[in-house]
This record gives sequence, C-alpha cells and structure tokens, in this order.
Amino acid sequence: MTAVIEAHAVTKRFGKTLALDGLELRAESGQVVALLGPNGAGKTTFVRAVATLLRLDSGDLRVAGHDARRQPAAVRRAIGLAGQFAAIEPMMTGRENLELVARLFGLSRARARAAASEVLDRLQLSEVADKLARTYSGGVRRRLDLGASLVGAPRLLLLDEPTTGLDPRSRSEVWDAVRSLVARGTDVLLTTQYMDEADHLAGHIVIIDHGQSVASGTPAELKRRVGGRVLEVQARYAEDLAVVAGALERLDQGHAPVHVDQATRKVSVRSASGADWLGAAWSALETVGASVDDISLRQPSLDEVFLSLTGGK
Amino acid sequence: MLTSSLQVARRALLHYFRTPQLVVLGTLQGALFLLIFRYVFGGDLQGHGTSYVDFLVPGFVTTSVLFSGQGAATGVADDLQQGFVDRLRSLPVGRASFLVGRAIADSIWNMWGLVVCAAVGFAVGFRPQGAVFDDLAALGLCIAYGFAFEWMFVLIGLLSGTPQAAQGMAFLVFPLTFVSSAYVPVSTMPGWMQAFAQRQPVTYMVDSVRALTLGARAPALLGHAPAYFTGWSLAWAAGTVALCAPLASWWYNRS
Repeated sequence: MTAVIEAHAVTKRFGKTLALDGLELRAESGQVVALLGPNGAGKTTFVRAVATLLRLDSGDLRVAGHDARRQPAAVRRAIGLAGQFAAIEPMMTGRENLELVARLFGLSRARARAAASEVLDRLQLSEVADKLARTYSGGVRRRLDLGASLVGAPRLLLLDEPTTGLDPRSRSEVWDAVRSLVARGTDVLLTTQYMDEADHLAGHIVIIDHGQSVASGTPAELKRRVGGRVLEVQARYAEDLAVVAGALERLDQGHAPVHVDQATRKVSVRSASGADWLGAAWSALETVGASVDDISLRQPSLDEVFLSLTGGK
Repeated sequence: MLTSSLQVARRALLHYFRTPQLVVLGTLQGALFLLIFRYVFGGDLQGHGTSYVDFLVPGFVTTSVLFSGQGAATGVADDLQQGFVDRLRSLPVGRASFLVGRAIADSIWNMWGLVVCAAVGFAVGFRPQGAVFDDLAALGLCIAYGFAFEWMFVLIGLLSGTPQAAQGMAFLVFPLTFVSSAYVPVSTMPGWMQAFAQRQPVTYMVDSVRALTLGARAPALLGHAPAYFTGWSLAWAAGTVALCAPLASWWYNRS
C-alpha cells in the first residue's frame, strides 16, 4: 500500500499552545482516514498543514508524495479542501461557484463548465444548480462546498469537520456524498468530533489528543480495544438511581465501573460481553422494582473510547 | 495569475451587484444624503463665492469613494472568516490573486458609485464650470483616491478578522469625511478643528476636484491653483498605497 499522507514528528506551536506535539500519522491510499478528537486536539491544525495553509515548526510532512514545506505548489495540485465553513459565495449560483473554483484550478472555460456539470450531477445538485447559493439549506451548502473541492479532480480530499452544525438529515446527505466519492477512488482525510461519523465513513481512524496520536486502527479494532457496548438506563425517579446502579453492577459482577449521571438520571455500564445483555438488564431492573424511562444498548461514545484509550488522564 | 485575479474580481463584483441592499439602498442612501445637504441644510449654507450646490457636489462625489470603499473591508473580513481565502490558498494559484482581484473589483464598484453620485449631483442642479477635459480629470482623480483608500480598507478587513469588527473600524471614515472641506468650508470650523481639517488628505482631495470643476474662478475661491491641490492629493494617495498595500500583502502572505 502507498501512503497518501505521511507525518513524522510534526510540531506546531501557536504562542504558548502546542497544537501539534510530535504527531505521527500514516494515511494509506484507497480509503477514508478519520482524524478523531475533541475540540482543540489539533485536528484542524493538522489539516491546515496538509493543505499548505500553515508552516510546521518541525517534522516531516509528505502529501501525495510531495514535501509539504518544499513543494507546496505540487501539493496544492493534488488536494481539495472543504472546511468547517462552507466557502461558497451566496450571491452566485451553485454552478457559478463550482466554475469559479475550476477556473482558479487552472481549467479552461469550457473544461471548467464541463467539470462543474459533472460534479453537480455526481452530488445530485443539478436541480438547484442555477439558484443562488444564498437560498440553499445548510446541507446543500456543505455538499456544494464538497463539490467545490472536487472540481479540480484532486487525488486527496481534505474535509475538516464536514458535518459540524448540520441537522441529522443534512448530515446523512453529506455522508452519502462522501461515500460516493470514495467509491470513485478519491482518498479522503476527514476530521470529526463524532465517533459515529468516523465509524460510518472511515476505514481507518486516528484518535488524537493534545496534538499527539493516541491510538489508530480500523473502527472495529478500536472498539475491541475499548471493549463492547454501553448499556444505558434512564431512571424515572432520581431516588431510584442507587437501586438501578446496584442492579447493573451485580449484572456484570462488578467488573466494569458503573457511571451515574444525576442530572440526566442516566446510569451506564460498559461490557465486553453484551449478547443477551439487554434482556438480562431488563429482568434485573424488574426484580428490584425500579421505574425506567429508557433503556438502550449503544456503542461507546467518543468520550468513553477516549477515556479508556488515554487511561482517563 | 491574470485569470485567477479576474475570477476573484468577478466573484466580488457579482456579490456587490447581486446584493440589493448594496445596490439599491447604497444608491438611495447616497441620494438621500445629497438631497438633505442640498435642500435641508443647504438653505442656510453658502458656497463662499459660488452656489452651495456647486460647492457641495464635488465634495459629495469625492467622499463617496470612502463610503463605497467600506465594502472592501467587510468583504475581505468575510472572505477570511467564511473560508474563501483558505480555499484560494489551497489552490494552485498565485498568492497575489486575492488582493489584485479585490483591487480590480473594488475599483469598479467605486466607479459605479462615482457615476451614480455624479448623476444625482447633476439632477439637483450641479453644473461644472470648467472644460470637459477638466471634469474627466476630476473623475479620474476620484478613481485614484478610491484606489488608495481601498488599500486602507483591505488592510482593515485583514486586520479585523470579522465583518462586524471591520464595519466598526471603518467608522473612521466619518471624521475623515465630515471634518474636511467636503460639505462646509473649513474656515467655518473652530480653530483646533481647522488645524486637522486643513491638513488631512480628504480636504486636499475634495478641493482638487472642486478646483477642476469650478473653472476659471477656482484659484480665487480656493486660494491656490488646481495643481496645488492635485499635487498634495496625489501625494497623499500614493503615500496611502505605499503604506497599506505592502502591509496588506505582508499580512495576507504570512502564515
């Protein structure tokens, strides 16, 4: 396999903040790589470095085979960037926005027009293509922004938190668009704060925190390392919380710590097993006579994966 | 480089001309402003040797470049905040394209404002006394002043970071335009204010345009020949560009 991004000991400091602290990362070609981490972990800084928008203090960064520091022009020809904001001009139509970026990419007028049409078709935006971008919904704007990063037919697409601030429906629209890109062979580096987003889209996840790579692997590998699923029970009455917590603790023979959140009246416990867990929990709660509003079995959240991988530090 | 600058310019111009608030309200506001000065205040104001309308309109047209120039500050701040600058930098285009493109677009926007203001001026009775060539020279000077101030506004846009902050900082056009010879003669102001009003660039610029449009009477009315005002104005304009343009491109290129 060939690497589309290779970062070795990259460092970037902003004043007193060490945004990237010797980050190591290798993104193989042919898949979506997700950079997962909380706000301030260094995700955006890394994407900006890959996009040649900022200069690293030290370390090696190769993008599509080019040194990001010494050959920025070659890197720019290989990448497309879609940021946290939709960088489209609201007073131009979708088509005009795409033709603009295509022209800036260096295509002739005729080729820019063809490239814009093709991308609009591909992202199913042809219907709204000739309306002003001002009239678009948040999801359509992001998809158009995605399209703008595609008209230059880049080898590597950089998506910095492409769904932050979107409603669930728009979010899944963007996800579908990203999936169709990967099917066509475009490499994608995606940053996200959402575990489920990384899970849905990425073949490889790199978890970063404090500017360092904490863990990496396929979604399945990471979840295995964290272990199983999370059982979460919402009690109807705050007085029942202790009883519910006791019941869940006995269920797992006290192996995993039970977490109680007073504010939301939620009790959660993680377990590596989990096959018939929901049923067992339900009968245990019935036995102790606790009233329950909600009971669910879910994937560990980013917080939980995170706490587990960083040892709760 | 040329193509990319023109593309950036085209985008900025489409933004201006397709935003009804900018085109319609901007024009109406300018016209209203002129009508108020001409008919509300103008009854009590004298042109000091000429009719007030012939005194006012050159000032009004010249200062219009400061009002329409503010759009560059908010536009640049918006492009920074909304990610257009990032996208541009991630594309294989020359770094200068953004600022050059903006300069082209904002100059055209300024010219549009100048033409509208001059047309309203004619409609309310302004009649230049000089030769046609002088009027064209006056228009050319306004375009040059607009170009100079544009770099100031671009710099403000780059430094302020958000469109709201840019708009706030662009507030400095008020002292520059009102404490000048644009709407009333400087000699009517209190002494301490005259000290500023007489020496600041807008006064020279307004008087250069006034000198060209007043014709043969100009030296007697303004105290100097047109070349005096034009010389000072162009020096101020060149100085503004020489200071702001390198600062703007340095700020834009650093990362």
